[in-house]
Amino acid sequence: MEIINAFALIINYIIIPGLTYGCQLALGALGVTIIYTVLRFSNFAHGELMSFGAMTSILITWIISYFGISIFPLPTVILALPISILITISYCLLIDKYCFKYHRKKNSKNVISLIVSIGVMFFTSGLIRVLIGPNDRTINDGERFIISARKFKEITGLTEGISLKLSQSITIIVSIIAVVLLFWFLNKTKTGKSMRAYSDNKDLALLSGIKTENVIFYTWLITGTLACIAGTLYGLDKSYKPFTYLQLVLPIFAAAIVGGIGNPVGAIIGGFVISFSELLITFSYNKFLSYLIPINFLPEGSLQLLSTDYKIAISFIILVLVLILRPTGIYKGKLL
Amino acid sequence: MKTDFFSEKKYINAYLVCAFLFLLVGLFQSWNVAFSILNLCLISAIMSIGINIQWGNSGIVNFGVMGFAAIGGLCGVLISMPPTLEVWKDGTAVILIILFSFLVSGILIKKFWKIFVHNKYIKILLSIIIILFSLYLIKSIFIPSINFIENTNSVKTGYIGGLNLPIILSWPIAGLFCGVIAFLIGKIALGLRSDYLAIATLGISEIIIYIIKNEEWLARGVKNVNGLPRPVPYEIDLQKNEFIQILSNTLNLSVIELSSLIVKGLYSILFILVLLIIFFLLQKAIKSPWGRMMRALRDNEISAEAMGINVKKRHLQVFIIGSAIIGISGAMLTTLDGQFTPSSYQPLRYTFLIWIMVIIGGSGNNHGAIIGGFAIWFFWIQAEPIGIFLIELITIFLSDQNEMKSYLLNHAAYMRLLLMGLVLILALRFFPKGIIEEEKRL
Repeated sequence: MEIINAFALIINYIIIPGLTYGCQLALGALGVTIIYTVLRFSNFAHGELMSFGAMTSILITWIISYFGISIFPLPTVILALPISILITISYCLLIDKYCFKYHRKKNSKNVISLIVSIGVMFFTSGLIRVLIGPNDRTINDGERFIISARKFKEITGLTEGISLKLSQSITIIVSIIAVVLLFWFLNKTKTGKSMRAYSDNKDLALLSGIKTENVIFYTWLITGTLACIAGTLYGLDKSYKPFTYLQLVLPIFAAAIVGGIGNPVGAIIGGFVISFSELLITFSYNKFLSYLIPINFLPEGSLQLLSTDYKIAISFIILVLVLILRPTGIYKGKLL
Repeated sequence: MKTDFFSEKKYINAYLVCAFLFLLVGLFQSWNVAFSILNLCLISAIMSIGINIQWGNSGIVNFGVMGFAAIGGLCGVLISMPPTLEVWKDGTAVILIILFSFLVSGILIKKFWKIFVHNKYIKILLSIIIILFSLYLIKSIFIPSINFIENTNSVKTGYIGGLNLPIILSWPIAGLFCGVIAFLIGKIALGLRSDYLAIATLGISEIIIYIIKNEEWLARGVKNVNGLPRPVPYEIDLQKNEFIQILSNTLNLSVIELSSLIVKGLYSILFILVLLIIFFLLQKAIKSPWGRMMRALRDNEISAEAMGINVKKRHLQVFIIGSAIIGISGAMLTTLDGQFTPSSYQPLRYTFLIWIMVIIGGSGNNHGAIIGGFAIWFFWIQAEPIGIFLIELITIFLSDQNEMKSYLLNHAAYMRLLLMGLVLILALRFFPKGIIEEEKRL
């Protein structure tokens, strides 16, 4: 019984939040990685693209709820998601046409594209704040819990409860669907294969008759979709606040680089590495150990490696360490 | 040798335009506003010179401006504030000794490893033991003394305090200190190429901010340090001065306004002095063989290396110089504000905005960096009125009671971000060399 309690504790405080946050990071990191492999620059605007996606989801949700349509117990955002994905994709394509295309044609250094992406970041964050304001907004209008901690305790009779939020399970399910579709697209379809060929060797791909503009169109299509989904899910799980997406850029880069930038599988693994290490390092193990070993042997003081204040800083620390020690990441990605 | 600032007449127009803009603000808004914009423009100009020497002259992408500025500000606090005597009697001394012995033992252990231990697994085992031991040390000595410091008079001080020296001294010391930090960062990160270096320095600067925010014993963290001593007299003392009172009568200004103008003017003079010193030194350096070597390195690293230039060493050198300049400006900023607020350090304002200044001003030319700093900060402050004007223009057909219009007008302050992004994108596309091009040298 004690052992089961300990496991329930871990599941509730580490596994479920870690999976959710990991999925959100992985979707973001996939977007960054795909832009990097095809267009060869680090897209600093990705966090703001996610924010843009979440914003359009909210605006469309408002319109949908205005007509009284709802799919309770599921949140209405799910209905809005397809339309907001389309809007985010068109925004991405517009950005590409007016900002990145010129420098691609001119063969500028990739640092220039990076600086352009910072311009896009400024522009988008300004646009978002003008349109929806900087305030906190909750998106979730559906059922809050699938199973609450109290209910779980009543059913199982354990002293530790496991709660599963609806938003968390939606995040995990939608992420799995998106990732499966993405890998099917990249590995099975002709366009996906041509994209991979293009990222492997640009000149060879051009010689074999692959059209650059086609590949780049699909790249932004995928990036826009992923950014919109990731942003909306993050907003659904926490709450939508434009400011937080700016802070999300570095953890996303951390996830992409830890997994090996340019490698889609690596991006997913990296997302989970970042999310779980954030939780594991700031988790206080006192209660967990009290279930496993007798109280007399329990050491005094809190058993925490770092205080929770440093939660986000952990992803930066991992990022810097990986960059210095193993810049190629877990799966050998492309070295910049 | 034409190293004279004023003999370079081709740039004088740009400076005149800047002066004219300040004149406009002074005449139409108020001289107080004009001087406070000028002071921040000067600080921004120094920051962008720091980035320019790294990016424009040597091609190093440093996105850690925020971190160095914060360290500079921290120096301002640690130099100028009075020490917290209760703490120094027992608590902090212990911490400092441990910190020092940690550094020494860390270096010693690393040296020893190279001599004695060759087995990879023993190295790992040893490092695990050291980590556990240091964790034990932290638990048993660090945390109690930190708690002691933070709980001593926590409303007013609760930190180790400073050295009670004049705050102007903190400017050169901030430069030195940032130079040391930049040396450490450069040693580990400069091997990385452009994109990765950008991300790494951004990450490191975020870590620095997190440490300053959360280690309250150092500088009160998010509780901020207020009331830093000033290098210039206080307004209240000036108001009592008879000469000022007479002057205010003759100039037909209220005493309060005049005194704050004088204070701001004195700050401006100090800042202009620092700017000129840094500018002249860098101009000398750029025109010397050293500057030529740096440009050669930027334009073609491989051929420069083939000519026998030590790339790593040179990059480290210029990284240290640029970061020290940013540190100086960080200390100046804290001096001007009279307070140190770690939560105000955000990458958008301190890293990316400075980068926009360098790009717009013209990378590779220090005149450009100064003009960029002036222009972009001016624009950043004045973007709100411009934004309101633009929204009025777009919604000209809507009535004043229209909800859409008032909603947009309420959010007009954020137009500055939008406009700034637009300016950067357009600049990179249509005039990538910036307002002032890099000088063509033979």
